[in-house]
Parts: sequence; structure tokens; C-alpha cells
Amino acid sequence: MKLDKVQVEHIAKLARLELGEEEITMYTEQLSAVLGYIDMLDEVDVEGVEETSQVTGLQDVVRNDEVVSCDDDTRKKLLEQFPKNQVNLLKVKGVFFE
Amino acid sequence: MNLNELTIRQAREGLDNGDFSSVDLTKACLDRINERNGKINAFITVTEKQAIAEAKEADKKIKKGEAELLTGIPFATKDAINVVDIRSTGGGKILDNYISPFESTVISKIRSEGAVMVGKTNCDAFGHGASNENSMYGPVKNPYDLERVAGGSSGGSAAAVADNMCIFSIGEDTGGSIRQPASLCGISGLRPSYGRNSRYGIMPMASSLDTVGPFAKNVEDVALLMDVMAGQDNKDATTVSDAVPKYSEEIKKSVKGMKVGVPKEYFELEGMEDETKEIVMKQIQDLKNLGVELVDVSLPYIKYAVAVYYIVVPSEDSSNMGRLDGIRYGVQAEGKNLYDIYAKSRAQGFPEEVKRRIMIGTYALSAGYYDAYYKKAQKVRTLIIKDFERVFESVDCIVAPTSPFPAFKIGEKKDDVLAMYLADVCTCPASVAGIPGLSVPSGNTKLGLPVGLQIMGPRLGEAKVLQLGHAIQIS
Repeated sequence: MKLDKVQVEHIAKLARLELGEEEITMYTEQLSAVLGYIDMLDEVDVEGVEETSQVTGLQDVVRNDEVVSCDDDTRKKLLEQFPKNQVNLLKVKGVFFE
Repeated sequence: MNLNELTIRQAREGLDNGDFSSVDLTKACLDRINERNGKINAFITVTEKQAIAEAKEADKKIKKGEAELLTGIPFATKDAINVVDIRSTGGGKILDNYISPFESTVISKIRSEGAVMVGKTNCDAFGHGASNENSMYGPVKNPYDLERVAGGSSGGSAAAVADNMCIFSIGEDTGGSIRQPASLCGISGLRPSYGRNSRYGIMPMASSLDTVGPFAKNVEDVALLMDVMAGQDNKDATTVSDAVPKYSEEIKKSVKGMKVGVPKEYFELEGMEDETKEIVMKQIQDLKNLGVELVDVSLPYIKYAVAVYYIVVPSEDSSNMGRLDGIRYGVQAEGKNLYDIYAKSRAQGFPEEVKRRIMIGTYALSAGYYDAYYKKAQKVRTLIIKDFERVFESVDCIVAPTSPFPAFKIGEKKDDVLAMYLADVCTCPASVAGIPGLSVPSGNTKLGLPVGLQIMGPRLGEAKVLQLGHAIQIS
């Protein structure tokens, strides 16, 4: 499978990655090479084979629906990690923009 | 012998006999770090002050006769594993300023015994790589040859143990990130079965494959560490409730009569070098001297493991990396709007390889391609699992090389993405199947570079794997 620059630009946009012109060219080539390698899976007959999404065989692992509080110390540490903070609230730019 | 060169068992005896204190032992490791880290670059953060304070506490505990297995023993952990109140960058600049507000379960278990943490080790950013060249804090150098890689992604953890900067270390293995650097640095390292050790607090990469395990100077120490690390954790819903064997006791059992499978397909994998093949083959033939029965087995689907891996991993990875956006923690770039902040923070905070994997995954999961890539890969994954299950009906363990080649030169494969991905060709099959794999030193090449033997077992079959590894080392 070969990708072109327009596709790579679109993928980068979906992935929220700002890429320069040189990077787009590089990734177009590299992603095509990787996808080309992966094409070898086409030779495998998977007719009737189940998909594996996990290997433990565990089913419906649930916990009690209980509220667990966060102690003040941990709360303070979490707040300190906010890059932009306003009166203990996380400050972000507007979600909707032109 | 210098104190920093001791194994866990030897250090425990010395501490309990009062031959030296934990402060002595910790200082010996810190001195070694100060002397060598400038050259090797195994550590991103050295926690010197805290280590000395912890060693003093450990000495009190030992004096009172309350010492546990790891009390007072210096260790290091991969930087992608959270330790409370310590900077945890994961090797990526997007978390350059991140001080973890919580601690991973495995590190809590180790520290609650009074082990002394000397620092956080360098790694390919968030586990992305097989050479440590994808760390944004510079590559780790191999202690056997400073111009060569230490392997990856847990290269710093491997080099730190190999160079005696600590007694043991902790790393993660998704596609080979414990086994491959252990092999390249000439030490022992175990990827446990998926679900055996809790991954709570480990920075996630591919959720259906990630594991966390130990590096040590010998298999006995690996077994001792698994005694402490393994078990169910209600903070990680993928951990299993199966009883944890006492690995350090299990390894003492005789391997006489053990059936060991030799799969020819591993020796035919892409990129397998002759010298590596010969060293590993000789070691396998020597197993007969231990009373082990060698059995030829076949795993026809393992040649597809890397292709499966590079669909499943980037797919899960691209969604896991979504949390690193510079909004709630980490380094936030300036931007004119929210999209701009995301795109710039991620562009500046991730190295090339992380971006590459995010894009492969984003593409593979995007509308119209999901069935052709992710779903297809998951089906081939089933065939690989069945291959192993069938073989383990007739053998106890499987042996193969850990890496197709010894440590390569820094920069040698950096521009060839596929060549780098194929460095995992021997370790990916066990990863995809979720089974345990142990790498033990098997010999050195003519250039003096270590080569590792990989011992694999059925799911939750760590005991037999460690048993064989231990038997090799004491023979």
C-alpha cells in the first residue's frame, strides 16, 4: 500500500501532529515502506479464524461502583502538574474556533 | 569484589551479616554512576539524596532484624514507570517537567520492602524503539563497546545493571524491550506472561501486549524479584488471579528429563546473523549435558509476528499516546487555539519514531482501513498463539536466539525504519502470544559482544523458564 503526501497530511491532522514539509515527505516514504512490509499478511488464509483482542481469557472484570476520594496531598500534586492553572481549575483555550 | 558488583543474594547476605551497610552499598552504586554515567547515559535522573536517606532507613530496619529480601538493596527503574514525587519523563520531552503524583504497583511492592532507588533510567521515548536512539535524552551506550547501542527500549535499565551502577533494575517489554537489551548487554531479563505482573502506573504503549519485568545479574535474582513483583492487582484489570509460584524455590528443581523445543523457524528469520546462530546453537546442544531432551518443533506462523506487531502496536499506541497532549500535565507549547496547542506540543515533545507509530496507528484504525489492517492482524495473531499452544502440548520450554544480531553501532540502522523494526524479529512472537520469555547470556562474539539465549514457556509458565535459565547458569 502506497500513501501520498495528501494522505499523510490528513493522517497527521487526525493525529494532532504539526509536521513540516520535509517531515511530510519523509513520513510518506517511510509509512509506505512499513505498510508495504505489512502486506505480507495478505498471503495468510484467515478464513474462519477468530480475532484475538486479549490473551488472558478474563471476562467482565468489574469493581464495586464506589466513589473513592482523593486525599488533599494527591489533589495538590495533580493541580501542580497543570500547565495553566486558574484558581485550581485547568485553564484551556476555547474548544470552538474559526 | 566491589560492593556494586554483588547480586541480590550476595548483597542480602552481606547486609544481614553486618559486613557492610546499605549506605556503603548505595554509595558504591552512586560512585559508579558518577564515574560512568557521563559515558553510558543510562540514567535520566539520579536520585542521590533520596537514595542515601532511604539507605539510612534500611540500615535501621536491618539492625532491628526486620529486613526483607530487598531491604537496603539499590535498584533503578525505567523512566516510563511512575515513581511518586520523582520526575518521570518516559524518555520524551513532552513530560520533561512531569513529577509523578502516584506510583506504579510493582515499584510500590519493591520499595515497600525497603529497596533503595538510585534513579530513573533512560529509554526510547515511551517504549518506542529497539536501540534507545529514540530517547530525547540521548542514546544509551553499550558498556561492552561505547560506540554501540545498549538495545531498547529499556536500554538504560539493562546498561545500568551490566555496568554495575545498581544491583537490579526494572523495565517494560512490549515487543522485546527487556529481552533484547538484556541480550545486547549480557545480563538476564524476563518478560513475564501478559497479566502476571500489574501494569498500574506504567506508561502504556500497546495495552494488549505491555508487560513489566526485572533485569538482574543472574536468573536466581530474576526469580527472587518475580517473587516480589507478581500477582493480581485490583488497579490493573488485566492481571490474573492464578496462584503465584515461589519462583526462587521452583528454580532449584532438576531439569533432568525436561523437554525443550527447538523451532527451526527462528533460525531462518530475516536478518539472522551466522555468528549469533552458531553461538546459540552450540548453547542449545550443550543443554543435553543437563539431561534435557531436545525436540525439533515447528512454528510456521512466527514469521508474520513482526507484521502483526507493527499493526496491533501502533494502533493501540496511537490511542494511548492521545493522553500526551500538553493539556493536563507535561510541557505545553504556545498556540493560537486548542488544535494548535495539541499539534505543536506533540510535534515538539515527541521524537520522530513516536510520531511515526502514531501515524501508522491512526491510519490503520481510520474509517475503511480497520478491517484490512487491525482486524486482519488480530486474526493472524490468533494463528501465532495456536502455533505456540500446539507446540507446548509436547514440550516444556522453547529455546531460540533473543536477537538476530549482537549490539550494532549507534546510527547504523537509524535511517532504515524497517531494519530497526526487524531487530525485534525474535522477540515479537512471544509478545504477540502473551507468553513469558527470558534472555540469558549465551556467549560472546569474536568482537566480544554478548549474545543471548531466549527461553520461552507457555502462558504463566515462568517457573519452568526460570528453572532452565538457572540450570544453565549454575552448570
